Amino acid sequence: MPTSMLQHGLATDPTADRPGPPLWLLAELTYRCPLHCAFCFNPVDFARQTDELDTQGWIRTLQQARALGSVQCGFSGGEPMLRKDLETLVGEAHSLGYYTNLLTTGVGLNETRAKALKDCGLDHIQLSFQDSTREMNDFLSNTRTFDLKNNVAALIKDHDWPMVLNCVVHRMNIDHVDKIIEMALELGAETLELANTQYYSWAVVNRDHLLPSQAQLTEAERVTNEYRERYGDQLRIIFVVPDYYENRPKKCMNGWGNVFLTIAPDGTALPCHTARMLPGAAFPNVADHSIEDIWYGSEGFNRYRGKNWMKEPCRSCSEADDDLGGCRCQAFMLTGDPAGTDPVCDKSPNRPIVDEAIAKAQSSKTGLMTEQPLIFRDPKESIRLTE
Amino acid sequence: MPDESTQRDISADQVPTIANGYRLQFESAQDTWVLLYPEGMVKLNPSAAEILKLVDGELSVKQIVTGLETTFETTGLTNDVHAFLSIAHEQHWIKLS
Repeated sequence: MPTSMLQHGLATDPTADRPGPPLWLLAELTYRCPLHCAFCFNPVDFARQTDELDTQGWIRTLQQARALGSVQCGFSGGEPMLRKDLETLVGEAHSLGYYTNLLTTGVGLNETRAKALKDCGLDHIQLSFQDSTREMNDFLSNTRTFDLKNNVAALIKDHDWPMVLNCVVHRMNIDHVDKIIEMALELGAETLELANTQYYSWAVVNRDHLLPSQAQLTEAERVTNEYRERYGDQLRIIFVVPDYYENRPKKCMNGWGNVFLTIAPDGTALPCHTARMLPGAAFPNVADHSIEDIWYGSEGFNRYRGKNWMKEPCRSCSEADDDLGGCRCQAFMLTGDPAGTDPVCDKSPNRPIVDEAIAKAQSSKTGLMTEQPLIFRDPKESIRLTE
Repeated sequence: MPDESTQRDISADQVPTIANGYRLQFESAQDTWVLLYPEGMVKLNPSAAEILKLVDGELSVKQIVTGLETTFETTGLTNDVHAFLSIAHEQHWIKLS
């Protein structure tokens, strides 16, 4: 999901001494969700994190971040529609001058709530689909939501919101990108994000099922380009390649503590939505500290800011400014060292770890044939996997 | 003197509107005008901001040029305004009627 946010030019001046403001505020209102997606980006231990900021806590957070310069606000989850105070929070954010984005599965978004959200100033809804077919959508999210999503897409149109569809792409649905694009055209979407799964959280648990082969990826990009040529401006298609297939890492979150501020449901402030997995001191909570102290002063937000923390080969690398060493979470997950080079980089001595995963994905069998079954995001699995 | 009215597909009588989902706003923390859209933001330079501030769905391109020339006590802005609005249109920031 947040991969798309990286592509729209929220860059800050790299020569500035003091970091710029947290232009992007992601409010993860809750980890509760009616869906059970096998690639969910919420932490695997989400069922152990049930605390949620109350309405006043979120309002205070919105106010403080806005005063510091935050201007894009994403309401995410879990499923943010499960918060009964969503309209209150959107209304507050709108009146503070944020551009307000709702990132939803569509569950719970009916005519009444759509109208209320429109009335309180919601600027944009990004609706996630798992695939174009009912069977696949329902299988991958382990629930029956496809018809509902079609209805929600119509509601978005009716209320004159720009329509951005997001479909997480992986081994089991990447061969259907043509169908997914056709669906987006039929629904009248303006933008379609074909976001290849990035391997964090639940997607790591299920990686052998989800990582596509090179041949699948090449074909999907070819088909996507065909549609781009045929439909031009009618539908903007963003195709995000899984970074395992790149040879340079992504400039994760556009730099640690650079533009992105995520607030987890319990009020923990994070440089990205998965950063809590990293070893080291706990990240600060908005209940205890101001957003200004957190953003500029906390150890957590300064830990991997800029380049001083880098080790070799990043430290002396001529491309260090281009990607800032890649993703700290990926480096930690795959190599155990959060300050190491993201092993996606082919200058990393640990690149063979990524190559091994890719090699496994070239098999003609689907991931469903591997010994471990696909594990759907579920509170019971969350507890079991993190015992 | 080139024929300014035919430049870059934009005609003087067209009326530009900020596209649905886009919002022009001054950001004091950045000391700049920005154009906001779904999950993104464009920082505008001062002249781009002055032009977009007049894009209200009422004024024609010609009226926008006249307005700017009056405000800034100058002449000859037609080319610049047409060039910028053409880019803005390509970027889908504005619609033209």
